Order: sequence, then structure tokens, then C-alpha cells
Amino acid sequence: MNAPVFVAGLGVVSAIGQDANACLQAFRTEQAGMQEIRFLRTLQQGKLPVAEVKLTNSALASLTGLSSQTPRTALLSALAAREALKDAGLENLKGMRAGFISANTVGGMDKTEDFFESYMKDPASGRLRDVVHHECGAITEIVADHLGINHFISTISTACSSSANAVFTGARMIRHGLLDLAVVGGADALTRFTLNGFNTLMILDKEYCKPFDEHRQGLNLGEGAGYLVLVSEKIMTLLNKSPYCTIAGYSNANDAYHQTASSPEGTGSFLAMKNALAASGLQPGDIDYINLHGTGTNNNDIAEGTAIKLLFDPGYPKMSSTKSFTGHTLGASGGMEAVFSALAIHHGIIYPNLRFETPMKELPFTPVTKFLKDQRVRHVLSNSFGFGGNCSSLIFSAS
Amino acid sequence: MKVYIRSAGNISPQHSLDPGLFFSQKEMQTGNRLKAIEPDYSRYVDSKMIRRMSRIVKMGVAAAITCLRNADVHMPEAIITGTAYGCLEDTGIFLRRMIDNKEELLTPTAFIQSTHNTVGAQIALLLKCHGYNNTIVHRGFSFENALMDATLLLREGMDNVLTGAMDEITDDSQAILSRFGLYKNGDFPENKTKGTVAGEGASFFLLSKQAGNGAMAELKGLQTLYKPVGFPEVETRIHQFLNESSIALSDIDLILTGKNGDASHDEIDHHLSTTVFKNKMTIPFKSLSGEYPTASGFALWLASTLISEQKMPDWLPPVRWPLKNILIYTHYLNTHHALYLISAC
Repeated sequence: MNAPVFVAGLGVVSAIGQDANACLQAFRTEQAGMQEIRFLRTLQQGKLPVAEVKLTNSALASLTGLSSQTPRTALLSALAAREALKDAGLENLKGMRAGFISANTVGGMDKTEDFFESYMKDPASGRLRDVVHHECGAITEIVADHLGINHFISTISTACSSSANAVFTGARMIRHGLLDLAVVGGADALTRFTLNGFNTLMILDKEYCKPFDEHRQGLNLGEGAGYLVLVSEKIMTLLNKSPYCTIAGYSNANDAYHQTASSPEGTGSFLAMKNALAASGLQPGDIDYINLHGTGTNNNDIAEGTAIKLLFDPGYPKMSSTKSFTGHTLGASGGMEAVFSALAIHHGIIYPNLRFETPMKELPFTPVTKFLKDQRVRHVLSNSFGFGGNCSSLIFSAS
Repeated sequence: MKVYIRSAGNISPQHSLDPGLFFSQKEMQTGNRLKAIEPDYSRYVDSKMIRRMSRIVKMGVAAAITCLRNADVHMPEAIITGTAYGCLEDTGIFLRRMIDNKEELLTPTAFIQSTHNTVGAQIALLLKCHGYNNTIVHRGFSFENALMDATLLLREGMDNVLTGAMDEITDDSQAILSRFGLYKNGDFPENKTKGTVAGEGASFFLLSKQAGNGAMAELKGLQTLYKPVGFPEVETRIHQFLNESSIALSDIDLILTGKNGDASHDEIDHHLSTTVFKNKMTIPFKSLSGEYPTASGFALWLASTLISEQKMPDWLPPVRWPLKNILIYTHYLNTHHALYLISAC
């Protein structure tokens, strides 16, 4: 059960680009994806910045070949999952035990919102095609059918750690010999439901977010999708390419403190990181880069930072929150950040934590603030922590 | 490695939370909406916490606590939940207020409790359980994929994995799914007409590698089949499943089927009753639980309970004794098919 699991392909769509190359270019030029709301139909327009994918549903439909009536989460998911399979050179999956394990938190809520406006006026009105894909699992099935994967499909929803858990489920299934290949990650589109929900929690920054800064004011919501193609050693040798990296470790723990807030000492975050290190057989000093959960909320950053201090002090790896570029993409974030982690190893790069100015007074370390190239990046820790105390950490290693 | 069901806790439209009562009395509900029979929740959770919990959270928590109490286990190593629809009641509350109030003056409570992992999170919070915690939300496979995850954890070295599934009916879900033509205009037994009867409930199981003292049953096999092409593929898969589980059809004492009373959904069940399941004793469990994507949780509870108690309610058809092997074959709207083999320890 310790067989290696290789990352053979990557796909990502986010506010900073519609594929992995475009995202890398935005990282290099330090171009964040937040703007005023342009695509989401909401009364919050002009009040809150968000990190939208700069494509209409029609544009996404023509890029994917799906109908423009498809929920936006499925459109984003299909675009990135298809890119990942193409990147792996695995467009034909015949004869393989392939799985699609995808996460999301909103399902078809964007369409359900439209339906409810009519339905609330008259229970016999509203277009049924707008609620037929309401469930989170429906999104996964639209994309699985589109990719031609039916051997194993599953959907995970553990709030902001959802797609980290999807990545890790795929890796475990390959290790157990249940799958040859797994497309893993997640997607989430912005919806009025989530935007207003987070707004009631008063954790949205009205300016662009400042993760790990003393004067951070909250998070910016974003949208996107990110997928890895994971393969067994046998399949990797059949591919005409070298892997990006391997998945060396993973862990999932629960903070068991509060439905939405993290414990001040970051118990869940600490356990997730510590157990992922143990699973990978690595020491804290082996980690070259931490892709932080780093939402920019007061509560997350102090809990995550405290847990990092406890585990890494005094030898801190380089770290940054790519949410300073992409916003917090909820169920997609773990998958997108897994893609960025794999690219960091592959290209020897470290992403900047934009808009960081003042160190947090409780923490003895600061994030990286400039794009760094020619770095030695052998082992990357990627954190994803969510509501419900769900905390997951993944470790990627150079192969 | 073997997978044992050490204990279970179940809330359904039957008296499943109190197996003694379940055996003596069938709950007769009329109409196309079978409501779960809910207990006095103060027997499970502090009353201050109950007030903040929605119905699906209360059902889930009570079923989970019952399951742990039945095994006398205070702290599971992992908690895995499955739900197709998640917390519909709170989702509906927040959605309606957001539209009514034009995205202003909203409060966070319903939003916070609307996330799909709320039940798993609340159980972890109550138990102070820092272990593995996952939520699967895959339609008619939500429960099956949760069980598969639990089985992997057992293989990886864990023990005592609490696994369950739950879904709730709300007025909105009933109204909207009725518009899709999912439900009948009458009761369940009215077969060969369009529509089924809605159900809801919560099912939890404590899975272990050890039979220990008093495990209820062994989960010998579990397989899912997504969108099979026609009846022959289902038949082939049933035969394969039995072969892989090293059991002959003649050793199956009872089959619980997912027949839901809808003429078109049940075509496969009618077909199987003349082929693979011919002359076998079958019980359509959804006549007791109603139809919902995680109803297979009720079927697994029923199978484990019948095997462990070695008796049959007199309101169900008699079976042959001893009751050693039960096969569950169920499908949700012909898309998500699942097979389970449950055997005496």
C-alpha cells in the first residue's frame, strides 16, 4: 500500500487564467484575479471584489462542448479536467480502470437560484431543467459522462477542504490497486448563495485580501477548477512523458472546535500537517514550500500560523497563499492549489503572497512576497482547511 | 480482511431506532411522503444544542449516537457520512430569505448549517473526535462510496469507523420532485403505475475488522454499477458479484430489493424476478423506508438486524431459517445500482 502515485497531468481554470500556462504567466507578472463583479448576477455588484473566471457561460460552453444551460460549476470542471487528461496524454481511457473523484460545495446552485425566483412566486413555475442538476453529485456526473469515465465516480463535499480530500481519495484508491488512473480535484462557481452566505459571516474583505498580514480584513471569494491526473507506476511507464511529481503523503483531521471557526491553537491544522508528514516519512525540515490555506481571515491565518509555528519552529520553509491571486475558490481550492504545488516542483518556482506588508505580531515568520524562480523545490505541503473543522494536508514530492 | 458491522443506529419511517418496537409493529403511513419517526432528541443531545440543529442534523446525530452506544464505543477512529441532498431545510431557508430580502439583512445561521458536511462535523464536535472526517455527496452512491472509504481505512489500519448516510424531505423538495413526476398520487403498494413514494432517514454503522463480542453481521461484499446498459449487464454483474464473494445463489436466504413501486423504475426488478431471482424470497425494502438516494442505508440496517436477531417481524413474509446470507440489490432511478452481501458472523 506504499506504491508510488504519480501526477501525470494537470488542468486548472481560475480568475488568473483559463489553463495552467496562463495561470503561471499571471504568477510571474504578479497579476491578481480580483475585480469588481462582472459575470455573477447579484445585488452585491460594486460592493465586494471577487475573483471570477473571465469567461461567460456561453464561452465556457463553446470551449467544453457542453450546453450553455449547464451549471457553471460543471462547465469549469469540464474545462480543467479535460486539460488535465490531455496534458497527461490520456485522452483515450479504453481498457483502464479510471476514476473521476471530484469535489464541489455549490452543485447547481447558480441555476437553482434562478429557479427559486419563479418558484417562490408560484410553485408550479420555474424551469425544471434549472433544478435537475442541483445536487453536487450531478455536477460530477455531467463531467464524468463528458470524459467517458464510468468505472468509479464520486463527489466529496467537506467545505473548503473538499478537493484536497478528493485528491487524497484517488491516491489511496490507486495505492489499494482499485484504480489505474484517477482524475481528482474539484470545482466551484461563484453563486449568490455563497457570496451572501460568506457576507453574513462578515469575513469578506471589501478590498483585495491580504493573507497572513497583521491588518488582514478577510477573504475574497473566487471560482475555478483544478484537477490532477494520478496514475499508478504501471500506467506512468506507458506514458510518453515524465511525471510532475508524486503524492508522498496526505492526512485528514478534524478540529472538533466549532462549526465555522478554527480553534485558536489550530489543532485540526496541526494534526493534518503532522500526520501528512508522518505518512510521507518526511521531517518538517524537508519541506521546501508550503502552499498555505491562507484565506486572509483573522481566524484562519492565526490558527494555521500557530499550527505551523508549533510544527516547524525554528526552521520555516518558504510559504505563500496563492489565494492572494485566485481568491478563495472553496471546493475548488484544494485541487487548484495541488496543481500549483505540482507546478512549483516541476518548474522550481515559488509564488508570491501578494499585498503582504506587516508581519502578524503573533508569528515569527513571513510569507514570500516576490515570484522566485530557480528554486530547489523537492517537497511541497499544501493545506486546505474548512468549515466543520475539516482539515486536510497533502504533500507532493519530486519524482 | 473482513469487515464487520459491530452496531447500527437507524431513523426511518419505521420504528427502527427501537428494534423491539420495530419487530412488533409496522408503521403504516399513507400518501406519497413517508416521514421519519423522530425520537425525543434530548435523550441524545444537550437541549441547548438541539435548538440550533436542523432536522437532518438531529436525525444524523441521534442515529450516530445510538450506533456508538449499541457498541459501547465512545470514540470512533473516523467519521464518514454520505448524503445526496445535504441539509435541504437550511439551504431552503437561506435561499428564500436571500431572494425575499433582495440579498440584504441576512443572518448566517442557516447558511452555516447548509453545508453538506454539517452532520459529520456536528458528530465530531459532540464527540471531540479529531480523527479522519469525510463527507461523500454522490447521489445514489453517497452511502456506498462512504462505505468504500470506510473499508479502505480499515485496510489501512484503522478500526471502529463510524459510517452513515442521511437525507431529508422538505416541503420544497417534495413539491419540486413531484413536478418531475417522481412520486405517486397514492400509496406504495399501488404497483404498475407511475411514481414512487418519498422517504427519508439516517443510518449509521460502526465498522470493524474484528467480530468481537456481538458483532451484528459481516459485510461480505459491496459493489456499485453506474448506468448499466440494459438488463443483461445487471444480470452479469449480479453473477460476478456472487462469484467474487464465493457464494452460490442457492445460499442466499433473502433478497432485499430496491423496487420502488414505479412501473418504469421497477422494470429491471420484474425482469430479475423471472430470471436471477426466480423462486427466491424477496422483500422490497423501500415499501418500508420510502425512496430516497441513501435509502440503501435502511436496507443495510434491516439486513444486519434480521441476521443478528435471527427473527422476522410477523408483518413481513416468513423466510427460511437460519437466516445466514442476505443479498441487497437496489438502484436509484435506474442510474445508481448497488449490490451488498451481508452474512451471519
